[in-house]
Amino acid sequence: MGDVILTMKGIDKSFPGVHALDHVDLEVKKGEVHALMGENGAGKSTLMKVLTGIYSKDEGTITYEGKEVEFSNPREAQDAGIVIVHQELNMLGHLTVAQNIFIGREIMNGKLINDKKMNEEAAKLFEQLGIDIDPKETMSRLTVGKQQMCEIAKAISHEAKVIIFDEPSAALTEAEIEELFKIIRDLRDKQMGIVYISHRMDEIKVITDRVTVMRDGGYVGTLITKDSTKDDIINMMVGRVIYEDPKTESAVPKDAPVVLKVEHLNAGRMVRDVSFELRKGEILGFSGLMGAGRTETARALFGADPKEGGDIYVNGEKIEIKTPQDAVKHGIGYLSEDRKRYGIVVDKTIAENSTMASLEHFMKGAFIDKKRENEVAQQYVETLKTKTPGVDQLVVNLSGGNQQKVVIAKWLVRNCDILIFDEPTRGIDVGAKSEIYQLMNELVAEGKSIIMISSEMTEILRMSDRIVVMCEGRKTGELDISEATQERIMHAATLRD
Amino acid sequence: MTDKKQGNAFTNNPVVRAIGVQKIVVVIVLIAMILFFSAMSPAFRQYSTILSIMDYTYYLAFLGIGVTFCLITGGVDLSIGTGMFCYALIGGYLITQKHTPVIVGIIVTILCGLIMGTVNGLIVSKGGHAPFLATLCTMMIVRGLGAIITGGSSITWPGATAPNGWTRTLFKMDIGGTKVPLGFLWVMILAVAMSIFLNKTRPGRYIIAIGSNKEATRLSGVNVAVYQTIAYVISGVFTGLAALAYSSAFQSMIPGGGGGIELNAIGGAIIGGTSMNGGSGTIAGTILGVFIMSVLQTGLPLIGLQANYQQIIIGLVLIIAVYIDVLKNKKLA
Repeated sequence: MGDVILTMKGIDKSFPGVHALDHVDLEVKKGEVHALMGENGAGKSTLMKVLTGIYSKDEGTITYEGKEVEFSNPREAQDAGIVIVHQELNMLGHLTVAQNIFIGREIMNGKLINDKKMNEEAAKLFEQLGIDIDPKETMSRLTVGKQQMCEIAKAISHEAKVIIFDEPSAALTEAEIEELFKIIRDLRDKQMGIVYISHRMDEIKVITDRVTVMRDGGYVGTLITKDSTKDDIINMMVGRVIYEDPKTESAVPKDAPVVLKVEHLNAGRMVRDVSFELRKGEILGFSGLMGAGRTETARALFGADPKEGGDIYVNGEKIEIKTPQDAVKHGIGYLSEDRKRYGIVVDKTIAENSTMASLEHFMKGAFIDKKRENEVAQQYVETLKTKTPGVDQLVVNLSGGNQQKVVIAKWLVRNCDILIFDEPTRGIDVGAKSEIYQLMNELVAEGKSIIMISSEMTEILRMSDRIVVMCEGRKTGELDISEATQERIMHAATLRD
Repeated sequence: MTDKKQGNAFTNNPVVRAIGVQKIVVVIVLIAMILFFSAMSPAFRQYSTILSIMDYTYYLAFLGIGVTFCLITGGVDLSIGTGMFCYALIGGYLITQKHTPVIVGIIVTILCGLIMGTVNGLIVSKGGHAPFLATLCTMMIVRGLGAIITGGSSITWPGATAPNGWTRTLFKMDIGGTKVPLGFLWVMILAVAMSIFLNKTRPGRYIIAIGSNKEATRLSGVNVAVYQTIAYVISGVFTGLAALAYSSAFQSMIPGGGGGIELNAIGGAIIGGTSMNGGSGTIAGTILGVFIMSVLQTGLPLIGLQANYQQIIIGLVLIIAVYIDVLKNKKLA
């Protein structure tokens, strides 16, 4: 490790209603790989966005190469030598590899683009990195791993001095990760400063020199990787703070019948041989890090995405689910994590949204029975305590929490017994949160069963009777609430092959 | 994760990949169609049929080349069919009613296209309108505009034998009693020039990049609005050229006409492998696709299928072409 190249000190950033970064520090030295770790929502990406000028900071200083800097857009940061290799690749699938690397700064031959020269320059870059990619190949024909290598080549061609890798290994195979690490080590040997964002504990131990941990937007501390254990880092990530009362004991009777059984579900890379059971009156929590395959599992189960294999049993009977209609027919309702996109029609009324999934029961001949639609919607507005002047209110005018209640009403009207809540309280304020929790508890008390996907550890521990933990498409743990701790869940959530 | 490379020995052959599978298929289909029509109809084998195919090809090729740029950005230009009529009406009106020199009429015709193209481009890129809607609106505007300027009457450009009818010989020259389809030369020259523009210059490269991933292009420091506008300006100018070609081949235009012609041009581009989702397309493909359309339009009446059947057959051809596009995109995903 050499001299310090980048120092971020006391960085503070607030968005309306959220204190995203609370006086965070980060120091990167030349020739080091510095891990930035923390749970989902800890503020890692926000910090990097502040660094590269996508967000402006409210307080704090950024010192780069001995001078205080403030970039107003990613391009300025890039020109100064700070580049991000994004998790979601910014690639132009229809153009060639070389055309992608030089987009926006093509090598010209008079008025015409000199593709030949660009191919040569790209080939030189790849040679330097020791990667075998044909610069003339069309980008979309490469594997995700190779595309990532192209992004790295593009970063280096900017004469970068600091490279930020945002969860680079999320979509890579073992062999590709090896190749990536080789490149990162080479870059480190060339005295570049590298920030490596990842959730994967094993990788952190292999590739990084120091670790900075963040939690809930705050700075927790910095460790020398080789002097610390995996448990040290996990403890820093989850903290010792006890949040709201977690559930200590399952509320489900020992002999409650199994209402849903999933065996060996497979769907693409993100759902690999997942099996679990859901019992009557149970809240089954699905925990894991971003990209663990929880939503994908729910979508495959619900028939929203095609599955490659697996058996599904409802109330002991084997059923076929090929489309969401099949799932709904068997009493399964899915409340999407992206409410606005998949859950509700915002510019329609509460009444219209409530009957959306069961319109065939509200027909009077060829026409919709408006009166009964309103009555039923009103009934659910009352039971769910939805705050609205009336059922003819447009959903767009409701708060997040009340919108969520309309989605719940939709599936209750449909008489679904199995409800899949995907991030039920995302974007909902604290008061409304506890109302949704209360509602979920009432639903299971009435004999409904719930699968709850959540990235919030406190939510998982507060609501679940049992917890399934996933990592990279596989089920890596199943815990009864009585034995579940943050550490145990986090351990399972970072368990790789 | 498995490698995305797929296909068979044919589709992975370097020569085949360089030309493009779809273009090879289109050429085969084109030859098959010509053989079919020749076998079915003696009239199709006449020299005059070539001239007639060419008359359809000129204006469709110009429209097709222009709209290909919009399609590659992921947009579309629906105003080109009625626009072509409108600009030809305005130019022809100046020449025949206002007795301006022919060259003035020609310049004004192309200038109209340039202006409307710029308007389309700005509405889409700066105004943020969906290209489909923006150009649907300007299509209505040009439909009305042409009629208003000519006072609601049809316009007939000067005939070939008229003293100021030289524009017609630009496309069909009489050499020793034989009519030579000179326009083919202009189409080819412009096709080559625009192909180089698309593949070898910065604006061309950025037009492809925008259609491929607009946000990534913006993040690369490219002024997306400018290049998106340029695509519509090109479409407008080529619509002006198409207006000249059309008036040269068919001479007279009725006000408010031209609707539906845009679909033949867009259809030609799609048959030639330009994707409705943006990011890919070639000028050569569009020219080939346009030939399919013009051979169909000439051949079908000769085997006794009248206009209504032609519409159905062209519709079916387009469904197949778009389906191929859908299949290609599935492979990419």
